[in-house]
Amino acid sequence: MTRISITVDGVRYDDDVEARTLLVHHLRDRLGKVGTVVGCDTSNCGACTVLMAGDAVKSCNVLAVQADGTEIITIEGLAGGDGSLHPVQQAFHDRHALQCGFCTPGMILAAVDLLAENPDPSDAEIREGIEGNLCRCTGYQNIVRAVRDAASALRGAQVAEPASAVDGQMPGTPQAPPAVPSEPESVPVEAVPRPVP
Amino acid sequence: MIPAAFEYTKPSTVDEAVRALAEGGEDARVLAGGQSLIPMLRLRMAAPTLLVDLGGLGELRGVRDDGDALVIGAMTRYADLLRDPLVRDHAPLLAQATATVADRQVRHLGTIGGSLAEADPAGDLPSVAVALDVSFEVVGPGGWRTISAADFFVDFLTTALGDGEMLGALRVPKQDGWGTHYEKFSRVAQAWSIVGVAVAVRRENGTIAEARVGLTSMGNRPLRARAVEEALAGAPATAEAVSSAAARAAEGADPPTDVWASAEYRSHLATVLTRRAVVAAGGIHAS
Repeated sequence: MTRISITVDGVRYDDDVEARTLLVHHLRDRLGKVGTVVGCDTSNCGACTVLMAGDAVKSCNVLAVQADGTEIITIEGLAGGDGSLHPVQQAFHDRHALQCGFCTPGMILAAVDLLAENPDPSDAEIREGIEGNLCRCTGYQNIVRAVRDAASALRGAQVAEPASAVDGQMPGTPQAPPAVPSEPESVPVEAVPRPVP
Repeated sequence: MIPAAFEYTKPSTVDEAVRALAEGGEDARVLAGGQSLIPMLRLRMAAPTLLVDLGGLGELRGVRDDGDALVIGAMTRYADLLRDPLVRDHAPLLAQATATVADRQVRHLGTIGGSLAEADPAGDLPSVAVALDVSFEVVGPGGWRTISAADFFVDFLTTALGDGEMLGALRVPKQDGWGTHYEKFSRVAQAWSIVGVAVAVRRENGTIAEARVGLTSMGNRPLRARAVEEALAGAPATAEAVSSAAARAAEGADPPTDVWASAEYRSHLATVLTRRAVVAAGGIHAS
């Protein structure tokens, strides 16, 4: 057994794991983070995508020991503490970018990862960017639209801050409400103590 | 699927890693990014008794300028290569090929050293390495030694790495003054190349002074298309000359027949992709 310490959605967990334990199984079976799903189990479909140290990875293709010392964000840690959806989640909801929803956790985290690197992607760049995530029912049209909307919402949220800072010099400038509850940085959900196994 | 059980160690220096590999014996394996190894562990096509995780070796990560070459640590991730200004400026062929590897998630963990030591002839970086004559700096119980790209790839998934040796760094000659292009054909997203062609071309006045052509998925290991290179050397930089040289791309190759393509199809594809790659690399206009 190997001792690992990882922070998942803002909560630190110390555990002894077998070296062969896959990160996705550690998240689901040990930590109860069942929002991260196992899709193809062959590292193709991307449904199990999480952010590890800020980068999207397929958690079925990572050993839990490789995640030692890192911070993991799963789909469960994306919404605001008040339950407000992350802009990418909101855009998937608004654009009906899912049908069965099984690929959605991974698809959303892949989109968050892409938009962190490229805040204003073209449709082609979105398709390239999410090529590691397969949807087998609703198709990609609405997913691409959702990522485009989310990009726009996130950019709006980012420029909103400097804009409001100069509001004082421009009296009378109407302040448009944000299109979506803006929370570009992921905020961990309230820490739920994990039952001792 | 769950891998078979194995022992695990995560050394913090290269010396420790070499010692761990030696002590682990012939069934010890190196874990780099794991993006090819972990699927094989899960399918139980690989069942090492010990994994030596190089993830803690910061000394094997990063790119540095060394005069006429870049020295790239074996544990440098694909994503790091894509963000590195030295790679962008001096090794654009490597950057272009790296951008086509698998998908973003894999590129966040997979490493250049892992890809090359895996020696999959369908991998994108091995053909780039042979085209550019990359030198392989390897370390083992006997210390460090250098293996040329021509000697490193021995057979399907087989390299010249000896017992207890591991890949430490790559010495990539700068391509300043060369035009380069990686042309890859695959049928679906994140799929392996059916065929890929890595090309570097140096032009002098109206002629092609020198050309290097590496082939992906055209044999049991990454190949150089020597017949094309010879035909291009000194040839006029015209579309006709390139077409006639590219027609020889499959000479000496032994492409596989598999679920994706027949050997005949691959041989034809190699000529088409080579023509396109040389045209792009050499900035050659249709006449």
